[in-house]
Amino acid sequence: MSTYALPAIVAVTLVTVGIGLYGLRLARTTSDFLVASRMVSPTWNAAAIGGEYLSAASFLGVAGLVLKHGVDALWYPVGFAAGYLALLLFVAAPLRRSGAFTLPDFCEVRLGSRRLRKLATAFVLFIGWLYLVPQLQGAGLTLQTITGAPYALGALIVGTVVTLNVALGGMRSITFVQAFQYWLKLTALAVPVTFLVLHWQADGRPELSAPTGPTFPAATTVTVEHAATLTFTEPSTVVVHGTLDGSTVDGSLELPLGVHQIGDGTRLDFAAGTSVPRVDAVAAETPLDWLLPGEQDDAEGVFATYSLIIGTFLGTMGLPHVLVRFYTNPNGAAARRTTLAVLGLVGAFYLLPTLYGVLGRIYTPQLLMTGQTDAVVLLLPGAAVGGLAGQLLGALVAAGAFAAFLSTSSGLLTSVAGVLSTDVLGGNGSVRDFRRSALVAGVVPLVLALRIPDLDVSQVVGLAFAVAASSFCPLLVLGIWWRGLTAIGAAAGVLVGGGASVAAVLVTLVANPLPGWLGTVTAQPAAWTVPLAFFVMVTVSMATRHRLPASVSATMLRLHAPDALRL
Amino acid sequence: MAAEQPAQRVRVVLADVARARSAEPTEPARVELEEQSPIGEALVRGLVRAQLAAAVRLATVVAVALGGLPLLFAFAPALARFRLFGVALPWLLLGVVAYPLLFVTGAVYVYLAERNEQEFTDLIERRDL
Repeated sequence: MSTYALPAIVAVTLVTVGIGLYGLRLARTTSDFLVASRMVSPTWNAAAIGGEYLSAASFLGVAGLVLKHGVDALWYPVGFAAGYLALLLFVAAPLRRSGAFTLPDFCEVRLGSRRLRKLATAFVLFIGWLYLVPQLQGAGLTLQTITGAPYALGALIVGTVVTLNVALGGMRSITFVQAFQYWLKLTALAVPVTFLVLHWQADGRPELSAPTGPTFPAATTVTVEHAATLTFTEPSTVVVHGTLDGSTVDGSLELPLGVHQIGDGTRLDFAAGTSVPRVDAVAAETPLDWLLPGEQDDAEGVFATYSLIIGTFLGTMGLPHVLVRFYTNPNGAAARRTTLAVLGLVGAFYLLPTLYGVLGRIYTPQLLMTGQTDAVVLLLPGAAVGGLAGQLLGALVAAGAFAAFLSTSSGLLTSVAGVLSTDVLGGNGSVRDFRRSALVAGVVPLVLALRIPDLDVSQVVGLAFAVAASSFCPLLVLGIWWRGLTAIGAAAGVLVGGGASVAAVLVTLVANPLPGWLGTVTAQPAAWTVPLAFFVMVTVSMATRHRLPASVSATMLRLHAPDALRL
Repeated sequence: MAAEQPAQRVRVVLADVARARSAEPTEPARVELEEQSPIGEALVRGLVRAQLAAAVRLATVVAVALGGLPLLFAFAPALARFRLFGVALPWLLLGVVAYPLLFVTGAVYVYLAERNEQEFTDLIERRDL
């Protein structure tokens, strides 16, 4: 599409590698590699956390969901941001004071159990890899959208760059890389959206939610890759090349209002001003559903919304790449202030994708037909603004998208590799062990991403949040605030709650959402798995009260005593 | 001019200073904490409870303010159609207003948590207990 997009992507990748190599000169010890020797300033740290957190799901997925589902999708970004509030309220300062490097470390510090540590390790690996796969897929799709390159290429490039960068520079360098990438991502959305809104104004502010649904702003050709059922909301004249309602057609047709079957690979040419037909496979909502919240008539929609809110609100604190960042703060109070700054930075960012989704409804409605709504951020600047300016803005957005894949995967890979090197591969904590682990940690998701290319990006990310919320959230919250937690109780809660959510994830991925209520409770499991995990953890801990760790008082003092006391 | 008699030289060993400070007899609460006596433990419990109460209170405010919206819109659809500055109310609340709300809640928590810690520190460092 854009001649400038590819150079922009190459530039972002080179700068990332460059800063990584610069960091290599500074990184000397294992501590440098894992937590940047805990000497990163709060401002840098907050930007780095923001940069690390804003992934493919935030940069591309949120706008795509808003385009497709309308106001209900706004819960995703709100939940992603609110997760930092939960982290700030319940976890940030005590976790930093615990002095643990990773989540399994926290288990050992607080409960002194090697077996619980192993269990936590397994969950860190599962969540980390589950979250890495969609990042690599996003990279593949982006490169495919922009240059037409094969899907595997983008995934391979991002996978390789990130693995080498983490293996060579570790966390010291990715702190700089990620702080840079936060600002790049914000710029890459903010500058084009300014132009888009100005263009919309100059266009005479076309109605965002026309009662007949979206119309094509210009003559548009849509290629339907998979057979689909189209519903035309008004009689339309369309040029069809391919199969329509079972017969081969090649020419202009007057299609009556109603339902039509379109075969694989059929090309449809729409004139400007034609209504965009609805595609059943994409489940685009009626104009009114898009504008108004909830499918009011059923309890399923409300359940799914609450499940999403709970999963994102409580899941953020359990994501391994988010947690590992907290150990880079000098003390508990700094961790708190850093988290607040992150909340501000992330919140500012999330104001933007919504605008892309809304404007995409006007300028790129064909995405509703092809189902590639995740590409709206990439295609909108070119489609709406057009010309050289549109191409340059498109290149900027593409660069931002690559920054998103690179930064989130770097963070995930660092934390997964850290856990692998200390807990699974059983090295002696040397830098060479960390490097070897980074290679293993990077290869696994890359293979998965290449083997299963068509999973929905935002859906997989949502499931990772649900698993984190049902395993590590109760462990952290109860571990920090409740003296009564025992190692057996914690393990039981993680096994039952986390296990149930993992099972729901696997069912959803294999059976591609089941129909009806069963599908809703497995596709959005957090609303029942999180309370289940808390319940099991508390009851089993109370039943095994005699096994309370002897060190609990000392640990609570350490977690909560103000830093100024220097106890 | 008669040279003044220099003051007696004193040998300072940093480790001794640190040791003397950690067992500071004039900060009795600190000793209770470090020895994990019942009094020390009660002090820590008080701090933990205060911090948790602040966190739970603020989480409840946000949970009611934001978490109530899906139910509100489900039961009062007319509200969902209300427009402010030309933008439908749900879009305005979820797309814009939610973020400053989260940030302000966070800022209030940082203020409360730091105040709790300051009070605790003052209590521990009191010399006249």
